[in-house]
Amino acid sequence: MTTSALRDLVTRHPEQADEEPFLEVVDLRVHFPTDDGLVKSVDGLSFALDRGRTLGIVGESGSGKSVTSLAIMGLHTRPTSEQTRPGAQLSGEIYLEGEDLLAKSPEYVRSLRGKRMAMIFQDPLSAMNPYYTVGRQIIEAYQIHNPVTKKVARKHAIDMLGRVGIPEPSRRVDAYPHQFSGGMRQRAMIAMALSCDPDLLIADEPTTALDVTVQAQILDLIRDLQSEFNSAVVLITHDLGVVAELADDVLVMYAGRAMEYGSADQLFNRPAHPYTWGLLGSMPRFDRARSERLLAITGTPPSLINVPPGCPFHPRCSYAARNNGRSEEVRPELAPVEPGHTVACHLTQIERDEIWEHEIAPKL
Amino acid sequence: MFAYIVRRLLWSVVLLFVLSVVVFSIFYLIPRLGGATPETLAARYVGRAATPETVHLTAERLGLLDPVPVQYWHWLRGVFVGAEYDYGSGSEHCPAPCLGYSFITKQPVWPELLDRAPVTISLVVGASLIWLIAGLTVGVISALRRGTVFDRGAMGVALAGVSLPIFFTGLIALAFFSYKLRITAPGGTFVPFSESPWRWAYSLLLPWITLAFLFAAQYARLTRAGMLETMTEDYIRTARAKGLPERTVILKHGLRGALTPVLTIFGLDVGLLLGGAVLTEKTFSLNGLGKYAYDGIVNNDLPKILGVTLLAGFFVIISNLIVDLLYGVIDPRVRLE
Amino acid sequence: MNHSRSWRARSLAAVGVSAALLVAACGGGGGASNQQGSSNQGSQAAFNAGSTSIVNPSDKKGGTLKFANEGDWDTLDTGETYYAYSWNFARLYGRSLMMFKSAPGKEGNQLVPDLAEGPGQASDNAKTWTYKLRQGVKFDDGTEVTSADVKYAVLRSTDKQTFPNGPAYWDALLDLPSGYKGPYKSPNANTDSAIETPDKYTVVFHMKKPFAAFDYLAQQPNTMPVPKDKDTGAKYRNSVVATGPYKFADVQPGKSFNLVRNDQWDPATDPNRKALPDRIEVSLNVNADDIDNRIISGDLDVAVTALGVQPAAQSRVLQDPTLKENADNPLGVRLWYTSINPTVPPLNNIECRKAVEYAMDRTSYQTAYGGQFAGGDLATTILPPSVPGYQAYDLYPNGQDHKGDLDAAKKSLEACGQPNGFQTNIAYRAERPKEKATAEAFQQALARVGIQLTLKPYPQGDYFAQYAGLPPYVVKNKLGLALNGWAADWPDGFGFLSQIVDSRVIRPTGGSSNTSVRIPEVDQMLDKALTELDTDKRNQDWAAIDKRVMEEAVIYPGVYSKSLLVRSKNATNIFVTDAYGEYDYLGLGAVK
Repeated sequence: MTTSALRDLVTRHPEQADEEPFLEVVDLRVHFPTDDGLVKSVDGLSFALDRGRTLGIVGESGSGKSVTSLAIMGLHTRPTSEQTRPGAQLSGEIYLEGEDLLAKSPEYVRSLRGKRMAMIFQDPLSAMNPYYTVGRQIIEAYQIHNPVTKKVARKHAIDMLGRVGIPEPSRRVDAYPHQFSGGMRQRAMIAMALSCDPDLLIADEPTTALDVTVQAQILDLIRDLQSEFNSAVVLITHDLGVVAELADDVLVMYAGRAMEYGSADQLFNRPAHPYTWGLLGSMPRFDRARSERLLAITGTPPSLINVPPGCPFHPRCSYAARNNGRSEEVRPELAPVEPGHTVACHLTQIERDEIWEHEIAPKL
Repeated sequence: MFAYIVRRLLWSVVLLFVLSVVVFSIFYLIPRLGGATPETLAARYVGRAATPETVHLTAERLGLLDPVPVQYWHWLRGVFVGAEYDYGSGSEHCPAPCLGYSFITKQPVWPELLDRAPVTISLVVGASLIWLIAGLTVGVISALRRGTVFDRGAMGVALAGVSLPIFFTGLIALAFFSYKLRITAPGGTFVPFSESPWRWAYSLLLPWITLAFLFAAQYARLTRAGMLETMTEDYIRTARAKGLPERTVILKHGLRGALTPVLTIFGLDVGLLLGGAVLTEKTFSLNGLGKYAYDGIVNNDLPKILGVTLLAGFFVIISNLIVDLLYGVIDPRVRLE
Repeated sequence: MNHSRSWRARSLAAVGVSAALLVAACGGGGGASNQQGSSNQGSQAAFNAGSTSIVNPSDKKGGTLKFANEGDWDTLDTGETYYAYSWNFARLYGRSLMMFKSAPGKEGNQLVPDLAEGPGQASDNAKTWTYKLRQGVKFDDGTEVTSADVKYAVLRSTDKQTFPNGPAYWDALLDLPSGYKGPYKSPNANTDSAIETPDKYTVVFHMKKPFAAFDYLAQQPNTMPVPKDKDTGAKYRNSVVATGPYKFADVQPGKSFNLVRNDQWDPATDPNRKALPDRIEVSLNVNADDIDNRIISGDLDVAVTALGVQPAAQSRVLQDPTLKENADNPLGVRLWYTSINPTVPPLNNIECRKAVEYAMDRTSYQTAYGGQFAGGDLATTILPPSVPGYQAYDLYPNGQDHKGDLDAAKKSLEACGQPNGFQTNIAYRAERPKEKATAEAFQQALARVGIQLTLKPYPQGDYFAQYAGLPPYVVKNKLGLALNGWAADWPDGFGFLSQIVDSRVIRPTGGSSNTSVRIPEVDQMLDKALTELDTDKRNQDWAAIDKRVMEEAVIYPGVYSKSLLVRSKNATNIFVTDAYGEYDYLGLGAVK
C-alpha cells in the first residue's frame, strides 16, 4: 500500500490532514529465521499515527503486536558478526517525523530511544532492575540524554514520581522496585519512560498485570500525561475494554497482519471483520442475558511458520465458505468500508452488513 | 541487624566447640574401636629404637594415658587459660590460647599457625583477585559472543583448567617458567609483605596464576551461564529501551544480575581456601596452613591437626557469615527489614 | 692446612683409575691416559664416578651451598637425631669422639678420632673404654669443651621421655644406675658407674658387657658435647651450640636454617675437616619433584635426604646422556629382604624354606624396587658390600639369569614332604608400592612350583608392633613370609646384624624387625664377636654370622639398596662416602 493511500485511510484531524503523520509504518515485515523455519511474526503491516492521538493495537497472543512495537523501538537483535544466532529480518519503512528508522544506523536509533520514543512493559516487576533503586533507574534514563548533575537529575526523578501520582516521592525515590505495590510500580515505570518527555509512548499491555481498580487509574494517568505532553500513544492490548477507554483509532491484528483498521467509534459500532465480531462477542457483558453462550471463536491461532494461504483467518471463519474458495487462495487486502475505516475480508460489504444486522448485533 | 550478627557469632563459637570435639573423637575413639591402646597410639611418636618403656614414657608425656574426656578438658583449659610445658630441663608457660605442642616436632602449635597463616592468606588473596577478574571478564565476553571461536576456545581452556590437577600444572609451570626461562621465582621462596611488597608479589606470582587458573575456569563458566540467563531478563530490554549504550546495559544491568551467585560462591571458596590450599602449597613448597595440615595428618600429629582444623573451621564459618550478610547488600530483595 | 696437594694427587689418581676402568669396560684396548684424568677437572666426570672418586676436586674456600629436605629435619639436636643424612650432616656443626673419615668410597668407612686424640683404649675385657680429648676445642660461644660436656651429652640422650626418637645404645649397654631417668629427672644420681671423667680431658665408659666395636658407638652424634647451662631439653634443637667449623644462624623450625662459619673453630685442633664453603643454607619441606628439577637446573645443590630422585626425574636422568653423566648411583647401607618365618608350618621344615630360596625370581625383586639404578643390586648375603666384613657368596644359586632354580626348588619341596607345594601368606606394608610389587612378584615366582601365596597388607605404622613383628599374630595368621628391610645405624657387623639376627631382640609383645631368626648358635657368635678387639678378625666373625644365618634359610635377601643422585653444578669435591651411602656433606665445597 502506498503512503498516500495509507494517508487516506487514517482518520486524521482536519488540521493535520495535509501534514505528514507523526508515526508512519509502511508494509512492515519482521521475520525470524529459526531451526524450524522462517517465523513471519509481522507480515505486511501498515498504519499511521498523529501526535496527541492514541492508537490501540488489538489481537491475540502471537498476532504480532509486541513484535511491531519492538520493531519501532529498534529493539530487535539485528544479525551481526558477533552473534551466531541470526537476528530478526526487518523490511518495510518506519517513519518517525519523516525519518525512516529502519534505514538509520542502530546508534542513531539508540539515541532516539528514551528521548523521542519510550516504551512501558507489561510486568513492571520483571521489567525493572531489582538491584537498583527506582530513583537510580529514573536518573539513569534521564542522564543518558541530558548532561546534568546527579543532583538535578534526582530532583527531576522526584518530580516525575510526583507527577505520576506516587505519594511521598522524595522518600520513595530511594526504594527498590519490590517495595512498591503493583499499581505504584507501573506508575514508576511510566515515570521512567516519560522522564525525557518523549513524543511517542508505546504501552505494551500496561494494565494486564494489574487489578481492575488500579487499571482505571493507570489508564487515566496515561490519558492525562498524553494531553499534557501532546505525545502519540500506541496502546497494545488484547483487552477491548481498555481500547474502548483510551483509543482514538484501533488496529485489529491477526497472524501478523491487519484485519481491520478504523476509529474506535467505527470499530465498536460498525465492526466489519468476522474476527472483530468474534472479539466483541467473546467479551463478557453484564447486560447480556446469562443463558446465552459467549460467542467464542472456534479454533486456535495459526502457526506463523506455515501461515495458511489466502485469508489467514479462514480456518476459523464461519463465513469463509461463502466466498467460493477465494478465502483459501487469495490474500485479502485492506479495503475501505467507509471513510477512515478499512477491512481485509473477501465478503462483500452487503453480506457483511447483513450478517452484522441479523446475526451478530442482536447477540451483543 | 546487630542482634543477628551477635547471634551468628555466638553460634560460631558453639560450632568451633563441636568441631574440636569431633576431631578429638576421630583421633582417639576410632583407633580405640579398632582395638588400639594408648601404648599403640604412642608407638607412632617414638623412633625405631624404642623399647616398651620408651613407648610408655611417651604415652605418659603426651597425656595419652588419661581418659579421652580428661585429655579434652586439659586441651580446652589450655585454650582459655594456657598450659605448662615440660621440655625436660625445665618447663615453660604456653600462654592462652595454647593449642598444644606438636607430638613430633615439639613446637607450640599456635605460634606456628600465626606464622603460617600470612602465607596462606597472601596466596589466597592474590589468587582470588586474579581469578575473579579473569573469570568475570572471560565469562562476560564468552556470553556475549556465544558460539563464536572465542567462546568455544575459552570454554575449552576453562575445561582444561578445571580438569588439570594443580600439582601437574604447578610443577610444569615451575620447570618451565622458573627454571628454564628464569622469569619467576623458584619453589619455596616466600617473601613476607612487610619485608618487601614488590618481592612478595614476585615470589607469589607463579602460585597465584597457577591456583587462579583452576578457579578462573569455574568462574568463567559460572559467569557465562549467569550472563546468558540475565541477558534474557525483561529489565535488560527495558534498559535498552531507555536508550542506554550496549556496554552499560551489559556491565551495569546484565553483569549485576549474574554477579549474585558468583559473589556468593566466591566468598565460600575463599573461606575454604584460607583453611589451606594444600596442593598448591605442597607443589610450590609454601609454608602455609595447608602444608601444615598435610604434615600433621601424615604424621598423625594431633595438636597440629586440631589447630589447623579449628583455624580452617573458623575461616569457613566467618566467610559464611560474611557471605550471608553481604547477600542482603547484594540482593535488595532479601534484605532483613 | 696443606692437604691440597695430596688431595689433588690422590683425586687425580682415583679419577684416572676409574677412567681407565671405564675405557677398559667399553672394550677399548689402550691403557688409561693421564690426560683423561687431568681433564676431569670440570664437572664432566662419568656416571657414578662419585662413588669411588672425587668429582670436581678443589680447595677453593668460600661460596654458599644450598641444601633442601623434602620433609622436616628429624631434629638438629645431636642427642636425638637418628637418620643417616642427619648424622652425615651433623659433622659440619658438631664434633663427636670418633667420626667417619671424610673420604670417598671404602675409605669413608674408616673411623678416625675427632674430638678424641686417638681411638678408644679398651680395658677390662673390652668392658671399659677410655678416650683422651683434644685440647683447645671450643663451643661457638668461646668456652672450652671438657670431658664433663661429653659425659653430659651422652647422659641426656638416655632420657627417653624427653628424647624418645633417638638411638638407644647407651641406655642398653652403659652400666647406668638402676632407675636412672636422665640428668633432668635424676640430677643428683651418681653416674660414675657408667661414665667417669677423671680429668678435664679424659672420658671413661663402663659397659655392662664386653663391646669390642666401641669406636662405632663413639662416633654417634650423641657424643657431640652439649653445654649444660645452655641445654633446654626438647627445645635445644632450635638453638644447638656448635663445636664444628660451622654454627647455626636463623633457625626457623619447619622452614629453614643456615650454617655460617664458627669463628671459635680452630683448624689446628681438627685434621679431619676442610670447611670450604662460607655458608650453607638448608630449606625444609620443599616439594620433592621441585628439588629434583632445581638440582638439575642448578638452582639447588643437594637433596639432603639422599633417598634418590623421584620417578619423574629418574627417567629423565637415565635417558639423557648429559644428565646421566652428572649422576651417581651409590650403594646404600641397606638391604631389602624378606623374612621366612619358621614359626609358620610348613616353613618350620628347613627344606621348605630352601624351596622358597631357590624358587624366587630375584630379578623381579629388583624390578619391583625400581630396577638396577633406583632399586639396587641383586643380593645373596645379608651384609651389603659396603659393610666391612662383607663376603660374597651364594648359598642358593638361582640360575644364570637369576630367575630361580625351579628344579632345586622342587627337590627341596619333595624333601620337606610337600611335593606339590603349599599355601601360606605374605605380609607387606600397605603404603609401600614397592613392597606390594615385590609380594606380587613372590606370588608369581613361587606359584611356578606350587607354592600359593595370599597377599596380606598391613599399615606401616604398626607393621612390627602389631602384625608382622608380633610373634603370636604371625602364627595365628600364618604369615609365612614378611617383607622387610634394614638399614644399619653404621656400617659394621654389629650395626647391621644385631637387630635382625639376634633372637633376643624378639619380644612376645612385638615391635622388633627380626621376625624369623632364632638361632642360639648365632646369638653366641654375636656375643663372642663383641669381645674380639682386632677389627679384621671381628669383621670375619660378622661374615661367619652372616653365612650361618643364611644356612638356616630364614632370610631371603632381595637387593642391596641403591639410589640415584644428581650432582650439583655449583659444588666441588663431590664424592660418596660408604659410611652413609650418600654424598659426603663434610667434604663439599662451593664454586660460588
